Amino acid sequence: MQFHRYDVVIVGAGGAGMRAALAAATEAGHAPRTAVLTKLYPTRSHTGAAQGGMCAALANVEEDNWEWHTFDTIKGGDYLVDQDAAEVMAKEAIDAVLDLEKMGLPFNRTPEGRIDQRRFGGHTRNHGEAAVRRACYAADRTGHMILQTLYQNCVKHGIEFFNEFYVLDICLTETENGPVCTGAVAYELATGEIHVFQAKAVVFATGGFGKVFKTTSNAHTLTGDGMGIIFRKGLPLEDMEFYQFHPTGLAGLGILLTEGARGEGAILRNAAGERFMERYAPTIKDLAPRDIVARSMALEVLEGRGAGPNKDYVLLDCTHLGAEVLESKLPDITEFARTYLAVDPVTEPVPVYPTAHYAMGGIPTNIHGEVLRDNDTVVPGLYAAGECACVSVHGANRLGTNSLLDINVFGRRAGLAAARYAANHELIDLPETPAAVVQAQLELVLSEHGKERVADIRTELQATMDANASVYRTEETLKQALHDVQALKDRYAHISVQDKGKRFNTDLLEAVELGFLLELAEVLVIGALERKESRGGHAREDYPNRDDTNYMRHSMFYKQGDGLKSDIRLDYKPVTFTRYKPMERKY
Amino acid sequence: MTAATVDRVSSGARGDQPPVPDGAVTITVRIQRFNPETDSEPRWESFGVPALPTDRVLNLLHYVKWYLDGTLTFRRSCAHGICGSDAMQINGVNRLACKVLVKDLLSGGGKHTTITVAPIKGLPVNKDLLVDMEPFMEAFRAVKPFLITYGNEPTRERIQSAADRERFDDTTKCILCACCTTSCPVFWNEGSYFGPAAIVNAHRFIFDSRDEGAEERLDILNDAEGVWRCRTTFNCTDACPRGIQVTKAIQEVKRALLFRR
Ligand SMILES: Cc1cc2nc3c(=O)[nH]c(=O)nc-3n(C[C@H](O)[C@H](O)[C@H](O)COP(=O)(O)OP(=O)(O)OC[C@H]3O[C@@H](n4cnc5c(N)ncnc54)[C@H](O)[C@@H]3O)c2cc1C
Ligand code: SF4
Ligand code: SF4
Ligand code: FES
Repeated sequence: MQFHRYDVVIVGAGGAGMRAALAAATEAGHAPRTAVLTKLYPTRSHTGAAQGGMCAALANVEEDNWEWHTFDTIKGGDYLVDQDAAEVMAKEAIDAVLDLEKMGLPFNRTPEGRIDQRRFGGHTRNHGEAAVRRACYAADRTGHMILQTLYQNCVKHGIEFFNEFYVLDICLTETENGPVCTGAVAYELATGEIHVFQAKAVVFATGGFGKVFKTTSNAHTLTGDGMGIIFRKGLPLEDMEFYQFHPTGLAGLGILLTEGARGEGAILRNAAGERFMERYAPTIKDLAPRDIVARSMALEVLEGRGAGPNKDYVLLDCTHLGAEVLESKLPDITEFARTYLAVDPVTEPVPVYPTAHYAMGGIPTNIHGEVLRDNDTVVPGLYAAGECACVSVHGANRLGTNSLLDINVFGRRAGLAAARYAANHELIDLPETPAAVVQAQLELVLSEHGKERVADIRTELQATMDANASVYRTEETLKQALHDVQALKDRYAHISVQDKGKRFNTDLLEAVELGFLLELAEVLVIGALERKESRGGHAREDYPNRDDTNYMRHSMFYKQGDGLKSDIRLDYKPVTFTRYKPMERKY
Repeated sequence: MTAATVDRVSSGARGDQPPVPDGAVTITVRIQRFNPETDSEPRWESFGVPALPTDRVLNLLHYVKWYLDGTLTFRRSCAHGICGSDAMQINGVNRLACKVLVKDLLSGGGKHTTITVAPIKGLPVNKDLLVDMEPFMEAFRAVKPFLITYGNEPTRERIQSAADRERFDDTTKCILCACCTTSCPVFWNEGSYFGPAAIVNAHRFIFDSRDEGAEERLDILNDAEGVWRCRTTFNCTDACPRGIQVTKAIQEVKRALLFRR
């Protein structure tokens, strides 16, 4: 076992983690000793897969202002958004984009040489009048450029990375004022060694958990480790039932085709060639928010209007955009369709169906990125940002381009807050035997205690989640999912891994990651069962309406007891309102 | 190819296999294995894997790992050619395993049912298909791959014409997968050569109208291990999964060096 000491430890090197590291290193007024621990090489993080854009009311191409952006975010989130947080994000969006440009990000340009902007779902002029061009972009590689630019700047500032270090636990030290975060415990892939990082402040930026579903735009490595670790510590998770299904995944595969395609004018059609979104969202049609478009697509298929031999998908028609727009503004997705479906978007419509995409919920934080241990008490020294966190700026449904924004605005805020906290506090002793939990966990997985295969449990988990807890849910399907997930948890107690070695044991880590997925799937399903209404990304066929009287509140999930099979306690937290009253959501 | 020895055919499955989908054919996946804890040198092992024509090679490797031999080790994340994790030699050429479909390898009437997979060449093999990326990343970091500017920052964005932005578009696409560098004969022979990927990333900044660090970078690339090593064999361009004109970028850097000042 190795011990390390730092002022600030950042867990995760996607957009949120690296933005936090840069803020801590360059903006805090002093440079704390900072380490970034990441299970992937920084440039392998899934931020690099983001395509369409990052929004900010720059008003470079048409009138716009951050107040409209705030309103769109809140309405898009079906009023479950904490409005103070949305204001912060929309206001700071402008600098967030300009900062990236100054760091070198190669945005597409207007004829005047300014940052170009395109339309995106749910982003409107003057509170819903018409779609507005707010998304700043670099072709359909915006996330790639953000990830590269942030990594390049980390190289420039000599940020210290521990690559392929899997963080599996945090250290909480009990004080008279409650728990304080004092470090993190990591497993080094190369050697199998355990490392304890003592730190004044720890920032979690570990991304999403899309791998609970089979059909997903998420990477194999998005297994919710950060959320799982926090949850196992008895700290809450917020709004986990709200999971976003992106309308346009390549049918059968889940690989994403950006909403930017529709932003550039692409149209969704059913088997008859009808532009069906005209029926569901007469004003902004194909550019309605994702929850609405995904449900409309699912309905078209359910009602027999789907395309293809099994009538199980709809079509994204880009053919009228012309080869030039596709090659210059949407080159990557054009290639994905060609490579993976052998469909050429220039000449043929592309088969698409909703794909599990984004976790609106996560580790609850305030607007400084400080992690909460109940509705309002912070855990000193512990921060979270990015997809693993829930501020909550996305409420029940995130608008496209608001996540790349979120990771930059709140990544920066969390990094700054952590650096400032570290400057004003001493190191606190670690709890006794800080690595004991991780060691016991790994030993258990490696020991001979059963014959269950990780791949079987994971496949069955993903199958039941796709079938029973995706775009549309009912009491019956959710109960089935809960039953299945709990049965799989029982079986997980008997898994065996074949690789018992020390070096680069990814077999072992896949097993550990599956443990997090099972835990989070159960939370998601319980939240969905208990929320007997439809709001944003959570659509209950048996409760089709939004119920503000009973459910205008965040869900807070607490794990009780140890072990994988413990109970979940569900509590609630009020939504913060500033100036926007809930209205019916029409587009 | 590397001096891998014993050619073993794996028979060992772990429990029942998942159901074979309709239309699947059995492919022999021949993999170069090396476990640092038990092997003194690499060896070959073959697995029979049911595969659909639309499967990615990555699916086949997952099948082996998940159902036949859990110790098989490789990197992967995004599974659609965007994160750069899974560069490997597939039938002798550098590719991303998630971007090659079985049907692309079976051309020729579906006769060749063996797919050979080995680690990329020129970087130390850590385990099976997983190599040590540090020397590669070190070369990348050495070329100052970040925007260098002097003077005060503007309050708004820097202005850059669409044409100036287009000038370096190709080299912004790099995902640092190492397909190019590990297909370069110069890099194989002289590991100290920066390699094409580092030069691509230097190019990305040298030709960015906003950047003021071209001289510093050109000095680095003028070095003995720099661009002059390249013998313009185009292996790197052929290997790049992002379609970057790697050799052209290197030529442009050479020209910038010849005509500077
Ligand atoms: C295909 C796709 C397209 C998208 N397009 C857009 C878009 O156009 N606009 C937009 O706004 N949003 C988009 N999104 C959403 C957005 O990209 C993500 O939500 C966002 O990038 C998440 O960033 P992050 O930094 O929180 O996490 P990630 O980038 O996923 O990074 C997570 C990091 O955590 C590390 N990590 C995880 N677990 C551990 C552990 N146990 N120990 C150590 N390290 C760990 C990983 O190594 C990684 O570095 C898209 C998402 C997808 C999947
Ligand atoms: S063109 Fe140059 S860099 Fe590319 S493979 Fe050939 S020698 Fe190497
Ligand atoms: S230039 Fe191409 S092959 Fe080389 S590292 Fe970059 S993406 Fe990979
Ligand atoms: S897994 Fe990401 S490039 Fe292949």
